[in-house]
Amino acid sequence: MTKSPIEVVVKCGCTMAVAILLMCCFVIATHAAELNVPTSVAAGSGLSIPTSGRGSATLYVAGPGTAIKRKVQLGQEIQLSADELQNAGRYVVSLDGNSATFFVIAGPVQSIAFLARPSRVPADTPNVITGTALVFDKYQNLVLQPQPVKFDLNVNGQTVSRTDMTKQGIAYIKLDSSKKEGPAQFMASSGPASVRRVVQEVASDPCNIRMSAERDKNGVLVRTDPIRDCAGNPVPDGTIVTFTSTDSQGKNTVDARIKRGIAQAHLPASANATISVASGVVVGNEIQWRVDR
Amino acid sequence: MSPAKSPDGAVQSLLAHAKAHDYKGAYSYVAQSSDNDEQAFARDLTGRDGSLRTYSSLQQADTKVLHATDDEALVRATLEYATAVGAFYDTRDLKVVKQGDRWQVEWPVVQEAKVPPQVIQENYLRWDVITRGSDDDWGAQNVEAPRVRIVSMNAIAQGNNTIIVGEIENEDTVPGFVSVGATLVGKDGSVLGEETSFDKISHTLLPKEISPFRIDFPKVQLGTVKSVRMAPNSILGPASADPVIGVMHQRVETDTRGSHVLKGDLVNQSGVVVNIPHVLATYYDNSGKVIWVSGRLRRPSAVAADTSSICRRSARRPGLQCPQLPRYRE
Repeated sequence: MTKSPIEVVVKCGCTMAVAILLMCCFVIATHAAELNVPTSVAAGSGLSIPTSGRGSATLYVAGPGTAIKRKVQLGQEIQLSADELQNAGRYVVSLDGNSATFFVIAGPVQSIAFLARPSRVPADTPNVITGTALVFDKYQNLVLQPQPVKFDLNVNGQTVSRTDMTKQGIAYIKLDSSKKEGPAQFMASSGPASVRRVVQEVASDPCNIRMSAERDKNGVLVRTDPIRDCAGNPVPDGTIVTFTSTDSQGKNTVDARIKRGIAQAHLPASANATISVASGVVVGNEIQWRVDR
Repeated sequence: MSPAKSPDGAVQSLLAHAKAHDYKGAYSYVAQSSDNDEQAFARDLTGRDGSLRTYSSLQQADTKVLHATDDEALVRATLEYATAVGAFYDTRDLKVVKQGDRWQVEWPVVQEAKVPPQVIQENYLRWDVITRGSDDDWGAQNVEAPRVRIVSMNAIAQGNNTIIVGEIENEDTVPGFVSVGATLVGKDGSVLGEETSFDKISHTLLPKEISPFRIDFPKVQLGTVKSVRMAPNSILGPASADPVIGVMHQRVETDTRGSHVLKGDLVNQSGVVVNIPHVLATYYDNSGKVIWVSGRLRRPSAVAADTSSICRRSARRPGLQCPQLPRYRE
């Protein structure tokens, strides 16, 4: 039995209508899964992603140290908690075939990693103390936005302060050591965070070594005045001071140690000798020793 | 013990018994005219007070009669000891006399300074080190090694060998254990050799102390070297400021073989006994440049407190012309 033309037209029209209806549904469904995320989010602040449509879908979130997969209901807001967005970096969100990216940036400065080098420096020396500070937020993300870091160096009540802006999370400074020896309190602070280190400032090279000589029962006793560096700091005990005497019988050398600020040694008796003193590469005075017979 | 029929035989028999640790037998070859008693003789051969001699044994003895008459002779004994720190060589000229039908050795009396029993107060400074622990803050500094600096360096050609000599100073206020390494780089950029100073340096340097160093590169010609990379190293560690050793009456003499010898007296001015003195000599030209460094463990005998003993260093260095003998420091 053949179909009438009207029946054919009606059937074709119905088919087309269903197809159009399905396409509209598909378009509507696609538009409902589009993700609307901000460009960046502060670490630890959480994120709410609105969705539309109906039904359930699977949400995927991938980022630094983060991988999330869970079932969500379309049409409801998707909540990403603060704990899930702790680590700074680029995140990709994918839902029902659509994806979007956003960045988690570091929050406010909460802690500082501070390196002060070296642990021991000579006093009164320029650019000898270095400080390097790295600023982090609550979740140990490096804060890349420029932040002010204040460096303070305090020795015996005298403080030198300087503020430097971080570059890519790092602030670096070089400071002179003070004239006075002693433990220098070196502090770096930014916001609520601060860290203290101690740099020991010690005496520099001896300066103006003066010695005297006198006869004693063992020969010649040579003794220095209290040995200090050029800034007046006493050179520590145990430092080597070399006494040398040269006479007709040869050369005599004694590497004495500073004890209670002075160094002394016994040299052989001699009628005519040249006595000198030195410590490291610093030379002191010279004595022409003569014994009148 | 069979009596010695020749001067050479007497010395060899004495040393053979000493090598076998038979000091009683060795003493039978010592002339009665010697002022040594058997105990002093044995102590001279075996050492005491933990000296290097106590850690050594006689390996070989060569003898040579320098001159002889019917009644007496002079015999040179060249001795080689095996010690805890390597071979040690000693030369002794021994007078041998004929007593009756036998030759016997007049063993020289070793005058050791007698230090009476006493209490010696020692108050020299000591350093100890506490390093950072595992519970210290991440960024907290550890105690730094002492700053050392090479204050002079000189490259010398010695035949087919290259020798690097110089001096290194501990610029810091704490003591350190130091060593110096060097790398020779050839004209094509290749590494010709890497060596360290080993024992030609005083390894423990107190604050502001200067030590010479010498680094030997055997079979590397100086003409093939383009550059030298020096690598001073220092480690912080515990140390003591004593002993204080003075080197007195340093002078250059000529020994019986015609060699120039640098001689001096070691005086222990502190209270602790020094077991194994290590003597380093630095030689400078007229401009103050280091031209040679020599070092030697002193003849194995401890240096007691407040005493002195004689050391000798050969000033012989290939190419060193006398009478252009340089200045020196021990």
